[in-house]
Amino acid sequence: MASLNMKATLLSLLLLLVGLGIWEAMNQVPAASTGLSEYERMMGGADQEARVPPPSQVFSHAWDELSDPFYDAGPNDKGIGIQLAYSLYRVLTGYLAAALIAIPLGFVIGMSPLMHKALNPFIQVLRPISPLAWMPLALFIIRDSEGSAIFVIFICSIWPMLINTAFGVANVRTDWIKVARTHELSPLKTAFLVILPAAAPTILTGMRISIGIAWLVIVAAEMLVGGTGIGYYVWNEWNNLDLNSVIFSILMIGIVGMLLDMTLAAVTKLVQYED
Amino acid sequence: MSRHFVSIEGLSKVYPSKEQDLVVFEGANIGIDKGEFVCIIGHSGCGKSTILNVMAGLETPTTGTMIMDNKEASGPSLDRGVVFQNYSLLPWLTALQNVSFGVRARWPKWNKAKVDAHSSHFLEMVGLSGALHRKPSELSGGMCQRVSIARAFATSPKLLLLDEPFGALDALTRGVIQDELLKIWSETQQTVFMITHDVDEAILLADRVLLMTNGPHARVAESVRINIPRPRNRANIIEDPAYYKIRNYLVNFLVKRSGQLSGSAGQVGGATQEVDPSVEINPKNEQSAALKAAI
Ligand SMILES: Nc1ncnc2c1ncn2[C@@H]1O[C@H](COP(=O)(O)OP(=O)(O)O)[C@@H](O)[C@H]1O
Ligand SMILES: [Mg+2]
Repeated sequence: MASLNMKATLLSLLLLLVGLGIWEAMNQVPAASTGLSEYERMMGGADQEARVPPPSQVFSHAWDELSDPFYDAGPNDKGIGIQLAYSLYRVLTGYLAAALIAIPLGFVIGMSPLMHKALNPFIQVLRPISPLAWMPLALFIIRDSEGSAIFVIFICSIWPMLINTAFGVANVRTDWIKVARTHELSPLKTAFLVILPAAAPTILTGMRISIGIAWLVIVAAEMLVGGTGIGYYVWNEWNNLDLNSVIFSILMIGIVGMLLDMTLAAVTKLVQYED
Repeated sequence: MSRHFVSIEGLSKVYPSKEQDLVVFEGANIGIDKGEFVCIIGHSGCGKSTILNVMAGLETPTTGTMIMDNKEASGPSLDRGVVFQNYSLLPWLTALQNVSFGVRARWPKWNKAKVDAHSSHFLEMVGLSGALHRKPSELSGGMCQRVSIARAFATSPKLLLLDEPFGALDALTRGVIQDELLKIWSETQQTVFMITHDVDEAILLADRVLLMTNGPHARVAESVRINIPRPRNRANIIEDPAYYKIRNYLVNFLVKRSGQLSGSAGQVGGATQEVDPSVEINPKNEQSAALKAAI
């Protein structure tokens, strides 16, 4: 086992070095590489600054940014930490609001075949709607870009949680329900002591899918509403033709997304049980 | 008829269906005295589990009633503890937590220390004091069933219902847990109703063995007294002169008569026959003698 992990780590490092090496080599001299010169033409006669920067430049830029992540020099110049904090705030607010509604509602749907049948058509129609399609309506009704972005996160993260909760609750083993019944547990106690722990791994899986989707959607939403946030930051740096910052923020989006997923994975592990 | 601690009268269960209703069993009359250990034997599918689930309140009977301790028993209740064949432990709880789950439901006012002490005492009685903090996935099948038995006994129900509790266990483990069950039963003076398909197990454990005819339309045909003194154990029981008489009687019923008697709905003397094979040489000719002996 240990040797497999060792080999995998070595291979990962090797791939990283090779990848970075190729990237670095291809981008040393501007317009030296055909593939990139075409890209530069597309960018409309970009100057030397506009070529895809090599990793050495990106990393030195990343170092500068990360050494002062929370500086604030006006609306168009804020540190990466501040931008990420805005995005995280929106994601977590919308996501938690969605959880507060999806989990209890999922319980109801999972426990009551009537509610399942009655609500299913709505869920089936609303679920496939791209969250960004709600944006105009949200902006019109909420009249606030911040609130609209949070609403879009809310609406995109609600479905996996709702569906997984309902599924997990509906499929709790009848044996365990029988145990609750023979112990004269009240419906509320049955829900908290038996159904919730039994369905928790399924619910957490839904929550993990949701946080992933929410983090995907926030970047697009912030590109639309502007102002602050990592999505706005990427777009803004693109407009500034600062590709160092664009690449750096893409990496940061990936890293934060991975951390969010790892957090939910750790919580899932806590409630996982072996049957 | 004297009033029993548990008395079931005219019990039947019908599962309705479009073509033909399935009458699982009918006209079941069962009396159980306080502290008695009663086993029920019958072929697979004759409706033993259905009777037990009705007694547990998990299913409603089509006709008939169950009176326990002078009160009608309907719906599930902590007064009737159940041990299922597949253990039905909650896999996210440890052995101790599974038992205290029941104890806490039974005595909600007890504090944690008292609940834990009571629960570990019962786990000790089934020889699990070393595995209190292990989850069911870390226990063998036999250990899981011990936890399940401890959970049921720990809530001190008035009636304990066991549905083939050892059916899934290997013979060695089964023997050990049978001894433990006998020990905990004699210490707690519980009233027990247990399903088994194992004749030897029934003779070892029971005061009386109820015999069910094959389904559908199954009936509780006979009640066989196990006239072997206690304490019993697997080694000495086979030396008792009554052992083989009883064993032959039960096997004969399962092999031949359960089929012959089946489906005869509304038969004369639908009441359960009381039999004591230990005082009877030929069950077919001398049933009346056995009846007298039983009275
Ligand atoms: N929910 C149900 N609906 C229809 N038939 C059932 C149901 N539960 C059990 N049965 C039938 O009742 C009969 C008795 O089942 P069961 O009590 O489990 O038998 P046993 O425990 O003696 O093996 C079987 O024929 C079974 O198919
Ligand atoms: Mg059964």
